Amino acid sequence: MDVRIDNLTKSYGNQKAVDSISFDIKSGEIVGFLGPNGAGKTTTMKMLTQYMQPDSGTIWYDNSSSYDVDIRREIGYLPEHNPLYEDMPVMDYLAFAAALQSVPQSEVPSRVIEMVRICGLDVEKHKKIGELSKGYRQRVGLAQAIIHNPKVLILDEPTTGLDPNQIVEIRELIRKLGREKTVILSTHILPEVEATCDRILIINKGKIAADGTVQQLRKQSEGKSLLQVRIEGAPVEHIAEGLRLIEGLQKVLLVDTTNKRFEIESNAGDAVNRLVYRACVQNHWDLLEMIPFETKLEDIFRDLTIN
Amino acid sequence: MNNSVWIITKKELNSFFDSLTAYILLIAFLGFSGFFTWITGSDIFMRKEADLEVFFSVSKWTLFFFIPAITMKMIAEENKSGTIELLLTKAITARQIILGKFLACLLLIGIALLFTISYYITVSQIGNIDHGATLCGYLGLLLMSAAYIGIGLFASSITNNQIVAFLLALLIGVFFHFIFDMMSYNSGGFVGQLLSGLSVNRHFESLAQGVLDTKDILFFASLTIVGLLLSELFISKRIK
Repeated sequence: MDVRIDNLTKSYGNQKAVDSISFDIKSGEIVGFLGPNGAGKTTTMKMLTQYMQPDSGTIWYDNSSSYDVDIRREIGYLPEHNPLYEDMPVMDYLAFAAALQSVPQSEVPSRVIEMVRICGLDVEKHKKIGELSKGYRQRVGLAQAIIHNPKVLILDEPTTGLDPNQIVEIRELIRKLGREKTVILSTHILPEVEATCDRILIINKGKIAADGTVQQLRKQSEGKSLLQVRIEGAPVEHIAEGLRLIEGLQKVLLVDTTNKRFEIESNAGDAVNRLVYRACVQNHWDLLEMIPFETKLEDIFRDLTIN
Repeated sequence: MNNSVWIITKKELNSFFDSLTAYILLIAFLGFSGFFTWITGSDIFMRKEADLEVFFSVSKWTLFFFIPAITMKMIAEENKSGTIELLLTKAITARQIILGKFLACLLLIGIALLFTISYYITVSQIGNIDHGATLCGYLGLLLMSAAYIGIGLFASSITNNQIVAFLLALLIGVFFHFIFDMMSYNSGGFVGQLLSGLSVNRHFESLAQGVLDTKDILFFASLTIVGLLLSELFISKRIK
Protein backbone atom coordinates (compact mmCIF):
# COMPACT_ATOMS: atom_id res chain seq x y z
CA MET A 1 0.00 0.00 0.00
CA ASP A 2 1.41 3.37 -0.99
CA VAL A 3 1.28 6.21 1.48
CA ARG A 4 1.23 9.81 0.35
CA ILE A 5 1.26 12.77 2.65
CA ASP A 6 0.25 16.17 1.44
CA ASN A 7 1.04 19.37 3.35
CA LEU A 8 0.35 17.85 6.73
CA THR A 9 0.16 20.39 9.55
CA LYS A 10 -0.57 19.99 13.24
CA SER A 11 -0.22 22.49 16.06
CA TYR A 12 -0.50 22.17 19.80
CA GLY A 13 -1.64 25.61 20.87
CA ASN A 14 0.80 28.05 19.36
CA GLN A 15 3.46 25.47 18.76
CA LYS A 16 3.61 23.90 15.35
CA ALA A 17 4.51 20.26 15.90
CA VAL A 18 4.32 19.35 12.25
CA ASP A 19 4.66 22.08 9.69
CA SER A 20 3.26 21.29 6.23
CA ILE A 21 5.30 18.22 5.44
CA SER A 22 4.78 16.16 2.30
CA PHE A 23 6.29 12.88 1.20
CA ASP A 24 5.58 9.68 -0.67
CA ILE A 25 6.26 6.15 0.45
CA LYS A 26 5.99 3.26 -1.95
CA SER A 27 4.92 -0.22 -1.04
CA GLY A 28 7.88 -2.35 -0.05
CA GLU A 29 9.89 0.58 1.24
CA ILE A 30 11.28 0.83 4.75
CA VAL A 31 11.45 4.45 5.76
CA GLY A 32 13.12 5.72 8.91
CA PHE A 33 11.99 8.90 10.61
CA LEU A 34 14.97 10.46 12.23
CA GLY A 35 15.00 13.56 14.32
CA PRO A 36 15.78 15.03 17.71
CA ASN A 37 13.23 14.72 20.48
CA GLY A 38 10.19 16.88 19.88
CA ALA A 39 10.82 17.13 16.15
CA GLY A 40 7.36 15.91 15.23
CA LYS A 41 8.04 12.24 14.51
CA THR A 42 5.48 10.85 16.94
CA THR A 43 2.86 13.45 16.01
CA THR A 44 3.26 12.51 12.34
CA MET A 45 2.83 8.85 13.23
CA LYS A 46 -0.24 9.56 15.32
CA MET A 47 -1.77 11.28 12.33
CA LEU A 48 -0.78 8.44 10.01
CA THR A 49 -2.57 5.97 12.27
CA GLN A 50 -5.65 8.21 12.51
CA TYR A 51 -5.25 8.66 16.24
CA MET A 52 -4.99 12.39 15.64
CA GLN A 53 -6.55 14.51 13.03
CA PRO A 54 -4.30 16.93 11.16
CA ASP A 55 -5.16 20.63 11.28
CA SER A 56 -4.73 20.66 7.54
CA GLY A 57 -3.34 18.44 4.84
CA THR A 58 -4.25 14.98 3.62
CA ILE A 59 -2.95 11.47 4.10
CA TRP A 60 -3.56 9.11 1.19
CA TYR A 61 -3.48 5.36 1.53
CA ASP A 62 -3.44 4.21 -2.09
CA ASN A 63 -6.46 6.16 -3.31
CA SER A 64 -8.32 6.60 -0.06
CA SER A 65 -8.01 9.46 2.36
CA SER A 66 -11.05 8.81 4.54
CA TYR A 67 -10.99 8.39 8.29
CA ASP A 68 -12.49 4.98 8.80
CA VAL A 69 -12.00 1.45 10.02
CA ASP A 70 -11.24 0.11 6.56
CA ILE A 71 -7.97 2.00 6.50
CA ARG A 72 -7.10 1.28 10.11
CA ARG A 73 -7.56 -2.43 9.40
CA GLU A 74 -4.61 -2.25 6.99
CA ILE A 75 -2.33 -0.53 9.48
CA GLY A 76 -0.24 -2.16 12.18
CA TYR A 77 0.88 0.29 14.84
CA LEU A 78 3.31 0.12 17.70
CA PRO A 79 2.75 3.34 19.67
CA GLU A 80 5.42 5.23 21.55
CA HIS A 81 5.92 3.83 25.09
CA ASN A 82 4.18 0.64 23.93
CA PRO A 83 0.99 0.75 26.03
CA LEU A 84 -0.41 -2.70 26.89
CA TYR A 85 -3.11 -4.23 29.08
CA GLU A 86 -0.99 -5.24 32.07
CA ASP A 87 -3.47 -7.69 33.54
CA MET A 88 -4.11 -9.65 30.35
CA PRO A 89 -2.23 -12.86 29.57
CA VAL A 90 -0.06 -12.61 26.44
CA MET A 91 -2.07 -15.11 24.38
CA ASP A 92 -5.43 -13.57 25.30
CA TYR A 93 -4.16 -10.13 24.44
CA LEU A 94 -2.88 -11.20 21.04
CA ALA A 95 -6.21 -12.91 20.31
CA PHE A 96 -8.02 -9.73 21.37
CA ALA A 97 -5.85 -7.60 19.07
CA ALA A 98 -6.40 -10.01 16.18
CA ALA A 99 -10.18 -10.03 16.68
CA LEU A 100 -10.29 -6.22 16.82
CA GLN A 101 -8.47 -6.07 13.49
CA SER A 102 -11.13 -8.33 11.96
CA VAL A 103 -9.05 -11.48 11.66
CA PRO A 104 -11.71 -14.21 11.11
CA GLN A 105 -12.51 -16.12 14.29
CA SER A 106 -11.28 -19.41 12.82
CA GLU A 107 -7.85 -17.99 11.99
CA VAL A 108 -7.22 -16.23 15.29
CA PRO A 109 -5.61 -19.17 17.15
CA SER A 110 -3.21 -19.97 14.31
CA ARG A 111 -2.24 -16.30 13.94
CA VAL A 112 -1.57 -16.05 17.68
CA ILE A 113 0.64 -19.13 17.57
CA GLU A 114 2.51 -17.77 14.59
CA MET A 115 3.14 -14.44 16.32
CA VAL A 116 4.39 -16.23 19.42
CA ARG A 117 6.84 -18.09 17.20
CA ILE A 118 7.96 -15.12 15.08
CA CYS A 119 8.41 -12.78 18.03
CA GLY A 120 10.03 -15.37 20.28
CA LEU A 121 7.39 -15.25 22.99
CA ASP A 122 7.12 -18.97 23.56
CA VAL A 123 8.59 -19.03 27.07
CA GLU A 124 6.41 -16.18 28.28
CA LYS A 125 3.18 -16.82 26.43
CA HIS A 126 1.07 -17.80 29.46
CA LYS A 127 2.26 -14.97 31.68
CA LYS A 128 0.37 -11.77 32.26
CA ILE A 129 1.81 -8.87 30.30
CA GLY A 130 2.48 -6.96 33.53
CA GLU A 131 4.92 -9.67 34.59
CA LEU A 132 7.07 -9.42 31.48
CA SER A 133 10.44 -7.71 31.19
CA LYS A 134 10.72 -4.68 28.96
CA GLY A 135 12.18 -6.59 26.05
CA TYR A 136 9.35 -9.10 26.06
CA ARG A 137 6.76 -6.34 26.38
CA GLN A 138 8.28 -4.77 23.29
CA ARG A 139 7.90 -8.07 21.45
CA VAL A 140 4.26 -8.29 22.51
CA GLY A 141 3.77 -4.75 21.19
CA LEU A 142 5.32 -5.74 17.89
CA ALA A 143 3.30 -8.96 17.74
CA GLN A 144 -0.02 -7.13 18.20
CA ALA A 145 0.99 -4.71 15.45
CA ILE A 146 1.64 -7.40 12.83
CA ILE A 147 -0.85 -10.08 13.88
CA HIS A 148 -3.42 -9.16 11.21
CA ASN A 149 -0.79 -9.05 8.47
CA PRO A 150 -1.21 -5.32 7.77
CA LYS A 151 -0.11 -3.66 4.56
CA VAL A 152 1.35 -0.68 6.37
CA LEU A 153 3.45 -0.99 9.49
CA ILE A 154 4.07 2.05 11.66
CA LEU A 155 6.55 1.55 14.48
CA ASP A 156 7.41 4.28 16.95
CA GLU A 157 10.85 3.43 18.32
CA PRO A 158 10.55 -0.34 17.91
CA THR A 159 13.84 -1.36 19.51
CA THR A 160 13.88 0.63 22.74
CA GLY A 161 14.53 -1.54 25.76
CA LEU A 162 15.85 -4.50 23.79
CA ASP A 163 19.24 -6.08 24.35
CA PRO A 164 21.74 -6.13 21.44
CA ASN A 165 20.79 -9.65 20.36
CA GLN A 166 17.10 -8.84 20.38
CA ILE A 167 17.78 -5.64 18.46
CA VAL A 168 19.44 -7.64 15.69
CA GLU A 169 16.51 -10.08 15.66
CA ILE A 170 13.90 -7.35 15.52
CA ARG A 171 15.77 -5.52 12.78
CA GLU A 172 15.90 -8.70 10.74
CA LEU A 173 12.19 -9.19 11.31
CA ILE A 174 11.47 -5.64 10.18
CA ARG A 175 13.61 -6.12 7.06
CA LYS A 176 11.76 -9.32 6.27
CA LEU A 177 8.36 -7.71 6.77
CA GLY A 178 9.46 -4.71 4.74
CA ARG A 179 9.78 -6.75 1.56
CA GLU A 180 6.04 -6.79 1.00
CA LYS A 181 4.79 -4.07 3.31
CA THR A 182 5.24 -0.37 3.67
CA VAL A 183 7.19 0.18 6.87
CA ILE A 184 7.63 3.48 8.64
CA LEU A 185 9.71 3.49 11.79
CA SER A 186 11.03 6.24 13.97
CA THR A 187 14.15 6.21 16.01
CA HIS A 188 16.97 8.34 17.24
CA ILE A 189 19.43 5.49 17.13
CA LEU A 190 21.41 6.29 14.01
CA PRO A 191 22.96 2.88 13.30
CA GLU A 192 19.42 1.53 13.38
CA VAL A 193 18.29 3.46 10.33
CA GLU A 194 21.49 2.57 8.54
CA ALA A 195 20.88 -1.09 9.29
CA THR A 196 17.19 -1.33 8.49
CA CYS A 197 15.96 1.49 6.32
CA ASP A 198 15.97 1.96 2.57
CA ARG A 199 15.29 5.61 3.00
CA ILE A 200 15.69 8.22 5.68
CA LEU A 201 13.54 11.22 6.43
CA ILE A 202 15.23 13.60 8.81
CA ILE A 203 12.63 15.70 10.56
CA ASN A 204 13.52 18.81 12.47
CA LYS A 205 11.19 21.36 14.04
CA GLY A 206 8.21 19.90 12.23
CA LYS A 207 9.79 20.10 8.81
CA ILE A 208 11.60 17.64 6.60
CA ALA A 209 15.28 18.52 6.73
CA ALA A 210 16.47 15.76 4.44
CA ASP A 211 15.06 12.89 2.45
CA GLY A 212 16.97 10.12 0.73
CA THR A 213 19.02 6.97 1.08
CA VAL A 214 22.00 6.93 3.41
CA GLN A 215 24.32 7.25 0.39
CA GLN A 216 22.39 10.16 -1.05
CA LEU A 217 22.46 11.97 2.26
CA ARG A 218 26.20 11.49 2.45
CA LYS A 219 26.64 13.04 -0.97
CA GLN A 220 24.27 15.84 -0.10
CA SER A 221 26.33 16.71 2.88
CA GLU A 222 28.45 18.93 0.60
CA GLY A 223 30.52 16.09 -0.82
CA LYS A 224 32.95 16.51 2.02
CA SER A 225 35.54 13.83 2.46
CA LEU A 226 37.98 13.29 5.21
CA LEU A 227 41.40 11.70 4.82
CA GLN A 228 43.86 10.71 7.48
CA VAL A 229 47.50 10.41 6.41
CA ARG A 230 50.76 9.57 8.13
CA ILE A 231 53.80 11.04 6.45
CA GLU A 232 57.46 10.89 7.47
CA GLY A 233 60.69 12.10 5.95
CA ALA A 234 60.66 15.75 7.02
CA PRO A 235 59.88 17.83 10.08
CA VAL A 236 56.13 17.99 10.76
CA GLU A 237 55.95 21.72 10.17
CA HIS A 238 57.46 21.30 6.70
CA ILE A 239 55.05 18.58 5.83
CA ALA A 240 52.08 20.57 7.07
CA GLU A 241 53.29 23.57 5.10
CA GLY A 242 53.71 21.45 1.99
CA LEU A 243 50.29 19.88 2.31
CA ARG A 244 48.62 23.24 2.71
CA LEU A 245 50.09 24.30 -0.63
CA ILE A 246 48.15 21.59 -2.45
CA GLU A 247 45.22 23.09 -4.31
CA GLY A 248 41.74 21.83 -3.48
CA LEU A 249 42.37 21.01 0.14
CA GLN A 250 40.24 22.87 2.61
CA LYS A 251 41.84 22.16 5.89
CA VAL A 252 44.96 20.40 7.07
CA LEU A 253 45.13 19.49 10.70
CA LEU A 254 48.04 18.04 12.56
CA VAL A 255 46.43 15.54 14.86
CA ASP A 256 49.38 13.54 16.18
CA THR A 257 52.84 15.11 16.29
CA THR A 258 54.87 12.06 17.35
CA ASN A 259 53.41 9.79 14.68
CA LYS A 260 53.07 12.62 12.20
CA ARG A 261 49.41 12.08 11.44
CA PHE A 262 47.38 14.66 9.56
CA GLU A 263 43.70 15.07 8.85
CA ILE A 264 42.78 16.50 5.50
CA GLU A 265 39.38 17.83 4.68
CA SER A 266 38.41 18.55 1.11
CA ASN A 267 35.68 18.86 -1.45
CA ALA A 268 37.50 17.07 -4.18
CA GLY A 269 36.47 13.48 -3.46
CA ASP A 270 38.86 10.79 -4.63
CA ALA A 271 41.14 13.24 -6.41
CA VAL A 272 42.61 14.28 -3.07
CA ASN A 273 44.27 10.92 -2.60
CA ARG A 274 46.17 11.41 -5.85
CA LEU A 275 47.15 14.97 -5.05
CA VAL A 276 48.50 14.02 -1.66
CA TYR A 277 50.40 11.06 -3.12
CA ARG A 278 52.02 13.28 -5.80
CA ALA A 279 53.03 15.85 -3.24
CA CYS A 280 54.73 13.13 -1.21
CA VAL A 281 56.62 11.85 -4.26
CA GLN A 282 57.74 15.34 -5.26
CA ASN A 283 58.99 16.17 -1.78
CA HIS A 284 60.49 12.72 -1.17
CA TRP A 285 58.37 12.11 1.87
CA ASP A 286 57.38 8.63 2.93
CA LEU A 287 53.66 8.07 2.85
CA LEU A 288 52.99 5.47 5.53
CA GLU A 289 49.24 5.55 5.89
CA MET A 290 46.27 6.91 4.00
CA ILE A 291 42.82 6.24 5.44
CA PRO A 292 39.70 7.66 3.86
CA PHE A 293 36.86 8.39 6.28
CA GLU A 294 33.24 8.47 5.25
CA THR A 295 31.12 11.24 6.62
CA LYS A 296 29.18 9.62 9.37
CA LEU A 297 25.40 9.75 9.55
CA GLU A 298 25.88 11.34 12.96
CA ASP A 299 27.61 14.28 11.33
CA ILE A 300 24.92 14.71 8.72
CA PHE A 301 22.31 14.51 11.41
CA ARG A 302 24.09 17.09 13.52
CA ASP A 303 24.60 19.35 10.54
CA LEU A 304 20.94 19.29 9.67
CA THR A 305 19.41 19.52 13.10
CA ILE A 306 21.60 21.97 14.97
CA ASN A 307 21.31 25.56 13.96
CA MET B 1 -20.29 -3.66 13.77
CA ASN B 2 -21.91 -5.80 16.40
CA ASN B 3 -19.01 -8.18 16.37
CA SER B 4 -16.57 -5.43 17.35
CA VAL B 5 -18.85 -4.36 20.19
CA TRP B 6 -19.02 -7.92 21.44
CA ILE B 7 -15.19 -8.28 21.36
CA ILE B 8 -14.90 -5.34 23.74
CA THR B 9 -17.74 -6.62 25.93
CA LYS B 10 -16.16 -10.05 26.20
CA LYS B 11 -12.78 -8.60 27.10
CA GLU B 12 -14.26 -6.34 29.80
CA LEU B 13 -16.37 -9.14 31.27
CA ASN B 14 -13.29 -11.36 31.38
CA SER B 15 -11.35 -8.68 33.17
CA PHE B 16 -14.22 -8.29 35.71
CA PHE B 17 -14.06 -11.98 36.50
CA ASP B 18 -10.25 -12.24 36.30
CA SER B 19 -9.84 -9.53 38.87
CA LEU B 20 -11.90 -9.73 42.03
CA THR B 21 -14.19 -6.90 40.93
CA ALA B 22 -17.04 -9.12 39.81
CA TYR B 23 -16.97 -11.37 42.87
CA ILE B 24 -16.75 -8.55 45.38
CA LEU B 25 -19.59 -6.77 43.64
CA LEU B 26 -21.78 -9.86 43.53
CA ILE B 27 -21.14 -10.80 47.14
CA ALA B 28 -21.60 -7.26 48.44
CA PHE B 29 -24.73 -6.68 46.39
CA LEU B 30 -26.37 -9.96 47.34
CA GLY B 31 -25.24 -9.52 50.94
CA PHE B 32 -26.65 -6.03 51.37
CA SER B 33 -29.88 -6.58 49.53
CA GLY B 34 -30.40 -9.97 51.19
CA PHE B 35 -29.69 -8.62 54.65
CA PHE B 36 -32.14 -5.75 54.40
CA THR B 37 -34.76 -7.70 52.51
CA TRP B 38 -34.92 -10.69 54.84
CA ILE B 39 -33.29 -10.01 58.16
CA THR B 40 -33.49 -6.49 59.44
CA GLY B 41 -35.39 -3.21 59.28
CA SER B 42 -38.76 -3.19 57.60
CA ASP B 43 -38.10 -6.59 56.10
CA ILE B 44 -40.52 -8.80 54.25
CA PHE B 45 -41.85 -10.49 57.40
CA MET B 46 -42.65 -7.18 59.07
CA ARG B 47 -44.52 -5.92 56.02
CA LYS B 48 -46.78 -8.93 55.90
CA GLU B 49 -47.04 -8.50 52.15
CA ALA B 50 -45.71 -10.86 49.53
CA ASP B 51 -43.80 -8.42 47.38
CA LEU B 52 -40.23 -7.35 46.70
CA GLU B 53 -40.63 -3.64 47.34
CA VAL B 54 -38.08 -3.71 50.12
CA PHE B 55 -35.59 -5.43 47.87
CA PHE B 56 -36.15 -2.87 45.15
CA SER B 57 -35.64 0.12 47.39
CA VAL B 58 -32.50 -1.38 48.93
CA SER B 59 -31.11 -2.25 45.50
CA LYS B 60 -31.81 1.24 44.31
CA TRP B 61 -29.23 2.44 46.82
CA THR B 62 -26.68 -0.33 46.56
CA LEU B 63 -26.58 -0.03 42.77
CA PHE B 64 -26.28 3.73 43.06
CA PHE B 65 -22.97 3.23 44.90
CA PHE B 66 -21.72 0.13 43.10
CA ILE B 67 -22.15 1.26 39.53
CA PRO B 68 -19.65 4.14 39.73
CA ALA B 69 -17.24 1.64 41.25
CA ILE B 70 -17.42 -0.60 38.21
CA THR B 71 -17.52 2.15 35.59
CA MET B 72 -14.73 4.28 37.04
CA LYS B 73 -11.88 2.35 35.48
CA MET B 74 -13.54 1.63 32.14
CA ILE B 75 -12.08 4.56 30.21
CA ALA B 76 -10.00 6.44 32.79
CA GLU B 77 -7.59 3.53 32.99
CA GLU B 78 -7.24 3.35 29.22
CA ASN B 79 -6.55 7.07 29.20
CA LYS B 80 -3.93 6.70 31.88
CA SER B 81 -2.06 3.69 30.49
CA GLY B 82 -2.32 4.93 26.91
CA THR B 83 -4.10 1.79 25.73
CA ILE B 84 -6.87 4.04 24.41
CA GLU B 85 -4.43 4.80 21.57
CA LEU B 86 -4.21 1.08 20.80
CA LEU B 87 -7.98 0.77 20.68
CA LEU B 88 -8.64 3.87 18.63
CA THR B 89 -6.06 2.94 15.99
CA LYS B 90 -7.65 -0.46 15.43
CA ALA B 91 -10.57 -1.30 13.17
CA ILE B 92 -13.15 -0.18 15.71
CA THR B 93 -15.01 3.08 16.19
CA ALA B 94 -15.26 5.15 19.37
CA ARG B 95 -18.97 4.35 19.49
CA GLN B 96 -18.35 0.62 19.35
CA ILE B 97 -15.81 0.89 22.17
CA ILE B 98 -18.29 2.76 24.38
CA LEU B 99 -21.15 0.41 23.54
CA GLY B 100 -18.98 -2.62 24.28
CA LYS B 101 -18.00 -1.28 27.67
CA PHE B 102 -21.58 -0.25 28.44
CA LEU B 103 -22.85 -3.70 27.61
CA ALA B 104 -20.22 -5.36 29.80
CA CYS B 105 -21.25 -3.27 32.82
CA LEU B 106 -24.93 -3.84 32.19
CA LEU B 107 -24.40 -7.60 31.85
CA LEU B 108 -22.52 -7.68 35.16
CA ILE B 109 -25.45 -5.92 36.87
CA GLY B 110 -27.78 -8.28 35.04
CA ILE B 111 -25.90 -11.26 36.47
CA ALA B 112 -26.15 -9.78 39.97
CA LEU B 113 -29.89 -9.31 39.53
CA LEU B 114 -30.26 -12.82 38.15
CA PHE B 115 -29.07 -14.23 41.47
CA THR B 116 -31.86 -12.40 43.29
CA ILE B 117 -34.47 -14.36 41.39
CA SER B 118 -34.21 -16.79 44.30
CA TYR B 119 -35.80 -14.05 46.46
CA TYR B 120 -38.63 -13.82 44.00
CA ILE B 121 -39.16 -17.58 44.02
CA THR B 122 -39.10 -17.70 47.80
CA VAL B 123 -41.59 -14.86 48.22
CA SER B 124 -43.90 -16.36 45.64
CA GLN B 125 -43.99 -19.52 47.77
CA ILE B 126 -44.93 -17.55 50.88
CA GLY B 127 -47.86 -15.63 49.47
CA ASN B 128 -49.56 -14.28 46.39
CA ILE B 129 -46.93 -12.20 44.65
CA ASP B 130 -47.89 -9.74 41.94
CA HIS B 131 -45.86 -11.14 39.04
CA GLY B 132 -46.37 -8.13 36.79
CA ALA B 133 -45.31 -5.62 39.43
CA THR B 134 -42.21 -7.64 40.26
CA LEU B 135 -41.20 -7.84 36.63
CA CYS B 136 -41.73 -4.09 36.38
CA GLY B 137 -39.52 -3.58 39.40
CA TYR B 138 -36.70 -5.59 37.85
CA LEU B 139 -37.09 -3.66 34.62
CA GLY B 140 -36.86 -0.46 36.66
CA LEU B 141 -33.62 -1.61 38.30
CA LEU B 142 -32.11 -2.51 34.94
CA LEU B 143 -33.14 0.79 33.35
CA MET B 144 -31.84 2.76 36.29
CA SER B 145 -28.56 0.82 36.14
CA ALA B 146 -28.23 1.58 32.42
CA ALA B 147 -28.66 5.29 33.13
CA TYR B 148 -26.06 5.27 35.90
CA ILE B 149 -23.65 3.27 33.74
CA GLY B 150 -24.05 5.96 31.08
CA ILE B 151 -23.25 8.64 33.65
CA GLY B 152 -20.36 6.58 35.03
CA LEU B 153 -18.81 6.02 31.60
CA PHE B 154 -19.06 9.71 30.86
CA ALA B 155 -17.31 10.55 34.15
CA SER B 156 -14.65 7.98 33.34
CA SER B 157 -14.12 9.32 29.83
CA ILE B 158 -13.16 12.83 30.85
CA THR B 159 -10.32 11.95 33.22
CA ASN B 160 -7.43 9.58 33.62
CA ASN B 161 -7.88 9.31 37.36
CA GLN B 162 -10.21 6.56 38.57
CA ILE B 163 -11.00 8.25 41.88
CA VAL B 164 -12.02 11.41 40.09
CA ALA B 165 -14.20 9.31 37.78
CA PHE B 166 -15.84 7.58 40.77
CA LEU B 167 -16.55 10.77 42.68
CA LEU B 168 -17.76 12.63 39.63
CA ALA B 169 -20.16 9.81 38.77
CA LEU B 170 -21.51 9.88 42.33
CA LEU B 171 -21.80 13.65 42.27
CA ILE B 172 -23.79 13.66 39.04
CA GLY B 173 -25.75 10.63 40.21
CA VAL B 174 -26.71 12.20 43.52
CA PHE B 175 -28.57 14.98 41.72
CA PHE B 176 -30.64 12.57 39.72
CA HIS B 177 -30.99 10.15 42.60
CA PHE B 178 -32.61 12.48 45.10
CA ILE B 179 -31.48 16.12 45.01
CA PHE B 180 -33.71 17.03 42.03
CA ASP B 181 -36.54 15.25 43.79
CA MET B 182 -36.03 17.15 47.04
CA MET B 183 -35.70 20.46 45.22
CA SER B 184 -38.91 19.85 43.35
CA TYR B 185 -40.87 19.94 46.62
CA ASN B 186 -39.70 23.49 47.26
CA SER B 187 -40.31 24.88 43.83
CA GLY B 188 -43.58 25.13 42.04
CA GLY B 189 -44.74 25.60 38.50
CA PHE B 190 -42.57 24.69 35.54
CA VAL B 191 -39.32 24.45 37.51
CA GLY B 192 -40.90 22.11 39.99
CA GLN B 193 -42.25 19.93 37.23
CA LEU B 194 -38.95 19.89 35.41
CA LEU B 195 -37.05 18.94 38.56
CA SER B 196 -39.44 16.16 39.44
CA GLY B 197 -39.31 15.00 35.83
CA LEU B 198 -35.52 14.69 36.11
CA SER B 199 -35.68 12.65 39.28
CA VAL B 200 -34.59 9.04 38.99
CA ASN B 201 -36.43 8.42 42.23
CA ARG B 202 -39.85 9.42 40.85
CA HIS B 203 -39.45 7.38 37.68
CA PHE B 204 -38.09 4.39 39.52
CA GLU B 205 -40.76 4.40 42.22
CA SER B 206 -43.56 4.29 39.71
CA LEU B 207 -41.95 1.34 37.95
CA ALA B 208 -41.27 -0.41 41.24
CA GLN B 209 -44.94 -0.12 42.10
CA GLY B 210 -45.80 -1.92 38.89
CA VAL B 211 -46.83 1.01 36.73
CA LEU B 212 -45.35 0.50 33.29
CA ASP B 213 -45.28 3.93 31.69
CA THR B 214 -43.43 4.77 28.47
CA LYS B 215 -42.52 8.14 30.01
CA ASP B 216 -40.37 6.40 32.63
CA ILE B 217 -38.75 4.12 30.08
CA LEU B 218 -38.05 7.09 27.80
CA PHE B 219 -36.53 9.00 30.70
CA PHE B 220 -34.04 6.28 31.56
CA ALA B 221 -33.29 5.57 27.91
CA SER B 222 -32.52 9.21 27.17
CA LEU B 223 -30.34 9.57 30.26
CA THR B 224 -28.40 6.50 29.12
CA ILE B 225 -28.05 7.73 25.56
CA VAL B 226 -26.91 11.19 26.60
CA GLY B 227 -24.26 9.63 28.87
CA LEU B 228 -23.01 7.33 26.13
CA LEU B 229 -22.97 10.03 23.47
CA LEU B 230 -20.98 12.33 25.75
CA SER B 231 -18.49 9.55 26.49
CA GLU B 232 -18.11 8.90 22.79
CA LEU B 233 -17.59 12.60 22.19
CA PHE B 234 -14.90 12.80 24.84
CA ILE B 235 -12.92 9.78 23.75
CA SER B 236 -12.97 10.83 20.13
CA LYS B 237 -12.04 14.34 21.22
CA ARG B 238 -8.66 12.93 22.11
CA ILE B 239 -8.29 12.20 18.45
CA LYS B 240 -8.33 15.90 17.69
